[in-house]
Amino acid sequence: MNALTRALPWLSGIAAVLILPHVFSSGASISIMSLIGFGIIFALSYNILLGQTGMLSFGHAVYYGLGGFITAHALNIIAGSKLPIPLPLVPLIGGIAGLVFAAPLGWVSTKRAGTAFSMISLGVGELVAACALILRGFFGGEGGISTSRTSVLQVFGWSFGPQIQVYYLIYAWCLICAGLMYAFTQTPLGRICNAVRDNPERTEFVGYSTHMVRFLAFCIAGFFAGVAGGLAAIHYEIVTSGVVGAGPSGFVLLMTFIGGTGFFIGPVLGAILMSAMQSLSDITGAWLLYLGILFILMVMFAPGGLAGLLFMHRPAANLHGLAKLAPAYLVAAIPGLGLFAGIVFLIETSHHVLVKSSEGMQMRLLGLEYQADAPLTWALIAALIVVTFLAFRRTWPWVASAWSEAIKPEAR
Amino acid sequence: MTNISGAPGLKLVNLQKSFGVTPIIRGVELEVHRGERHAIIGPNGAGKSTLFHLISGRFPLTSGQVWLKGENITGLAPFEINRRGLSRSFQVTNIFPRLSVFENIRCGVLWSLGYRYSFWQGIERLRDARERAEDILEQINLTARRDIPAGLLSYAEQRSLEIGITVAGGADVIMLDEPTAGMSNSETDYAVELIRKVSEGKTLIIVEHDMGVVFDLADRISVLVYGQVIATDTPERIRSNAAVQEAYLGTAAHADSEHA
Repeated sequence: MNALTRALPWLSGIAAVLILPHVFSSGASISIMSLIGFGIIFALSYNILLGQTGMLSFGHAVYYGLGGFITAHALNIIAGSKLPIPLPLVPLIGGIAGLVFAAPLGWVSTKRAGTAFSMISLGVGELVAACALILRGFFGGEGGISTSRTSVLQVFGWSFGPQIQVYYLIYAWCLICAGLMYAFTQTPLGRICNAVRDNPERTEFVGYSTHMVRFLAFCIAGFFAGVAGGLAAIHYEIVTSGVVGAGPSGFVLLMTFIGGTGFFIGPVLGAILMSAMQSLSDITGAWLLYLGILFILMVMFAPGGLAGLLFMHRPAANLHGLAKLAPAYLVAAIPGLGLFAGIVFLIETSHHVLVKSSEGMQMRLLGLEYQADAPLTWALIAALIVVTFLAFRRTWPWVASAWSEAIKPEAR
Repeated sequence: MTNISGAPGLKLVNLQKSFGVTPIIRGVELEVHRGERHAIIGPNGAGKSTLFHLISGRFPLTSGQVWLKGENITGLAPFEINRRGLSRSFQVTNIFPRLSVFENIRCGVLWSLGYRYSFWQGIERLRDARERAEDILEQINLTARRDIPAGLLSYAEQRSLEIGITVAGGADVIMLDEPTAGMSNSETDYAVELIRKVSEGKTLIIVEHDMGVVFDLADRISVLVYGQVIATDTPERIRSNAAVQEAYLGTAAHADSEHA
């Protein structure tokens, strides 16, 4: 029973990996799901630093990016010299590259904790990003390093030309890496990482060097970031210098934080949501604004992230609890959705006026056609937001009392 | 190793510490015998906690030497000193708040059992670590609270846990910094029994304000006044020591006149 409950999340993960490409079989969705695969590895590796050891890094993409570059170069060398290394093993090269760079840079960075560590990681990130622009031979300058995943040794007839084969490759690595990283949390070092996060001073007084603990965690995180970068290189078949910069470093922080740093599943949820949101960029030019708003809301109201929100419901996860909570949530959802729609109208209409005014002021949103610059439009949007917000607020006490009802009899 | 038998459990040679130009510890000389329970008392601001920080490596010394069981440990980092068998508690509770009570103790156990930085062993499979942690939990009477986050324990329970973490690694020199501070009478009685139990056969150095606790527990007492040890002796002789009385009553009278 206990072993089964523990295996259940993993089994459902494997099942999802196998079933989803048959449900969403279009090229675009396979591609997005592939992105999510190495995004999960990257975010989980970041959480070894943030959630497990309490290190806020602003430069984790350095190891992801360098893993990617080394993998691209390695692929080109393997293809050029006809080395007998099949593609499925190549991400390991990315991992080793991540580890090799994380060791010296990490030794310096982890000498300090807290704010000083964050600053050093930012500095190292900027340093590597600057090098990426200067060392054109290695980083390929503006054009980056191109490679081809199909020109290496093929085994079992898998050419890795079709995206679906790459999808399976990515998820095989994703499951292995996630399993290893989970196992790491269950080791003596993994547990001492938590101790360092909670109280570094006391950890020194039970025999552990906090520098060494942080350093080892940093190296392990660097290794898995490198694997993720290697898979990204295989997926895109190109690596550009931007990948080591502040952008991806910030993105992995957002992914991990929005997903929730306190639970192992958190970064997985974050990677899924954020990669999905990235594909919003096809629908709206203001997608980064939505991302920023989501991040601010999470920091303010749900610092435990998505996983925190989910696991908060554990004491109410029974029939009695659901019977109490579901009606309250449904009632709150009506003005909540109205408010959400109001904000979407506000953002999209503003975006249209500010960015796309050259296309004319006539615009379409959610099946409605209207003038973006008409006073009536703005008055209606304002009214929608104000009315739904006030209604939404009035549902809060109701939700709160439903909450205390839902967890009451189970608590004692 | 330099584990010379017969060497004192702890020996301080002309220990000095200044913060800026202000001397706080001014040439402390002290020898704590193996296996004795040694109390350090003194008025507020005498430097008792600073002395603990110097011995355990939390603060660097200005000058002087610290010898642990015949080995010079001057200038070592806290974790190196801990590995050599000296473990300390803190005056302000210093635990791992988000880890479970059990996990707090197990973290204190791991290094001493040789698991070091292992990331290739499952922690749940380490039977000796689990059993040792469970033993300690039993001793500090927190078995019933085993799985709740340590940050949610009551104050007195956190003080017990503090002692539990300190003794978990099996160090044979234990230093406790005001273990009963802020406790009620019954909690203090319980804590004294606990300290007696866990320090059995070990060298204990304790800083304590509660004179009842000190005279109950200690084999010998050192009196620290203004950064210097003015007397080290048995409880009875300390009680009748004129210099000690003067230092204590003098400060007390002075403090009273300030209040008036």
